[in-house]
Amino acid sequence: MKISAIVTLKKDVLDPQGKVVHQALNGIGFNNVKEVRQGKYFEIDIDEKDKKKAEEKAEDMCKKLLANLVIEDYKIIGSQ
Amino acid sequence: MNSSVIIFPGSNCDRDMDVALKKFGFKNKMIWHNDTELPKSDLVVLPGGFSYGDYLRCGSMASKSKIIESVIKFAKSGGLLLGICNGFQILTETELLPGALLKNKHSEFICKNVFVKINSTENNYFKNIKKNILELHIAHNEGNFFCSSDQIKNINDNNQIAVTYCNKDGENDDSSNPNGAINNIAGLFNKQKNILGMMPHPERMIDTYLSGDDGSIFFQNLITNFK
Repeated sequence: MKISAIVTLKKDVLDPQGKVVHQALNGIGFNNVKEVRQGKYFEIDIDEKDKKKAEEKAEDMCKKLLANLVIEDYKIIGSQ
Repeated sequence: MNSSVIIFPGSNCDRDMDVALKKFGFKNKMIWHNDTELPKSDLVVLPGGFSYGDYLRCGSMASKSKIIESVIKFAKSGGLLLGICNGFQILTETELLPGALLKNKHSEFICKNVFVKINSTENNYFKNIKKNILELHIAHNEGNFFCSSDQIKNINDNNQIAVTYCNKDGENDDSSNPNGAINNIAGLFNKQKNILGMMPHPERMIDTYLSGDDGSIFFQNLITNFK
């Protein structure tokens, strides 16, 4: 089963990369952009047929490694 | 006094640290990240660099490496564990120190000398140190110390701030904060003060002619405190 997860910086954490991307978008003419926040996307192929179990495992991975919960949030966004 | 410096793939201040420790009298051993046992050590150092290419987050891969279990065991039994720069990032990723180190506020890699003020001398690192303000070198992209409001309260309550960025007169003003760190924090202790993580590199300031001598003051003091 393939699980998709995203990791994003918490709302109150400064995101200088997102800010620079925002400025660059402005620079190429996208003037109505209000804010850009940058994050990470993971595709995890797990040898597990049960969707619930696979998602639980992916959540555990997020907590233990993929996200740093001091500064980041994670979300399982899909499984197939 | 026996010290051990851990080498991760991508560490690049490990040999500088080896030179500095030996210069001031430590018997130092270099330990590979895939080893599982630490030799008998009075001090363990996680050096600066880009362990595992800074993949995922700075220090995150190193915090799951084979040697790290022994390092955590050593620190939890009261051994002195020092993390410099990437070593500090590894210490927060292992949760031996609170908080995290974010990208620098102004999105630039900073490489320059800074002044830091020693905030606490009731520990084995800074006890009896002869200068209160040190000029040290920083070179990092992710040194912006961040933590939750609960964590900063605990840090302050337990007097865990080790060193803060300041101007040459010791004032912790905004203009001397290079990376946006909360409360100008440049280095932090754990509650018991045997673990120290800091962004500045004392090992780069041990030669009067090449760099400056304030790193020498740090190492000389550290080994004297062991004796």
